[in-house]
Amino acid sequence: MSFFGNWMGGQRRSARAAKERLQLVLIHDRADLSPGKLEALKDDLIAVLSRHVEIDRRSVQVTLTSDRDQQRLVADIPLAPARVRRRESLT
Amino acid sequence: MTAKVVTITSGKGGVGKTTAVANIGVALASQGSKVVCIDGDIGLRNLDVIMGLENRIVYDLVDVVEGRCRLRQAMIKDKRHNELYLIPAAQTRDKSAVSPQDMIRLADELRPEFDWILIDSPAGIERGFRNAVAPADLILIVTNPEVSAVRDADRIIGLIEAEEKGPAKLLVNRFKPEMVRRGDMLATADILDVLAIELIGVVPEDEIVLVASNRGSPAVLEERSKAGKAFRNIARRLAGEQVPFEVYEARDGFFGRLSRLVRPGEG
Repeated sequence: MSFFGNWMGGQRRSARAAKERLQLVLIHDRADLSPGKLEALKDDLIAVLSRHVEIDRRSVQVTLTSDRDQQRLVADIPLAPARVRRRESLT
Repeated sequence: MTAKVVTITSGKGGVGKTTAVANIGVALASQGSKVVCIDGDIGLRNLDVIMGLENRIVYDLVDVVEGRCRLRQAMIKDKRHNELYLIPAAQTRDKSAVSPQDMIRLADELRPEFDWILIDSPAGIERGFRNAVAPADLILIVTNPEVSAVRDADRIIGLIEAEEKGPAKLLVNRFKPEMVRRGDMLATADILDVLAIELIGVVPEDEIVLVASNRGSPAVLEERSKAGKAFRNIARRLAGEQVPFEVYEARDGFFGRLSRLVRPGEG
């Protein structure tokens, strides 16, 4: 893309960036759950779950989603690969 | 006559609440309604200067509430409209001088004599805001097309819902059609989408608003003012008329696009 095209593209993105930032900040505002609190919640969740099942800690994702009148906490918690779990159960 | 009480609020300061109250008040009065505007911003009164009535103040809202004068004595008649009045805020007191119950009593006393009671809320979500929304039949939330103002509007919508005062309507102020066309300002549709609220009107940025406030005569009185026209339309919508929304975001013609390609900086 030409310099001119880039420049125009950059301009177009500012309203879109505003909308995206707004949507994200409102999701946290409405749930009264800041990104920092969400991170703490994720750590607690990992600690509790780990007592019952071996999970892949680094891949855990906890996100807030929102549509018009329903907010949702979505957690994606991958388990540790089966061979890792088998090996650990032997020790 | 039983007045409808309309409170204009915003959360964020400086988005144009007071200007909106003055302009909608004058527009409603021009349409033949009896209107009283109440300045709820105790300690930081400004509706008087926007309406050009600052030299006529003797008594204020707090004087009425504390019984130092009768309600009539604190009502200042507008210079141009016989059926438009202002009840000014006290300048040397703070928000705690008035309670939400005081505001409800005041509104009930005014209701039989007017068609409209407009209340100018202070910025913020504390006592002054709660005073201003307590007697409201309808709440208008003023916002500007920017992230911080829309975020605060969302907070206000939440508080209004919690108080079961809704549904509020949104007034988008200081809108710049050219920036929206360029993709550099939130479009009205985006704001409504994010806030899930009904629109009462979009007021474009207009230098005449400042000129009018310099003179103490609201922009609705200027026939050529685009903002003035938008405020007149908002007043008509409030009165129940079906007025189509002004389309500021429509794509411009070939020459407009061409001129922006040639001089993008000025586009």
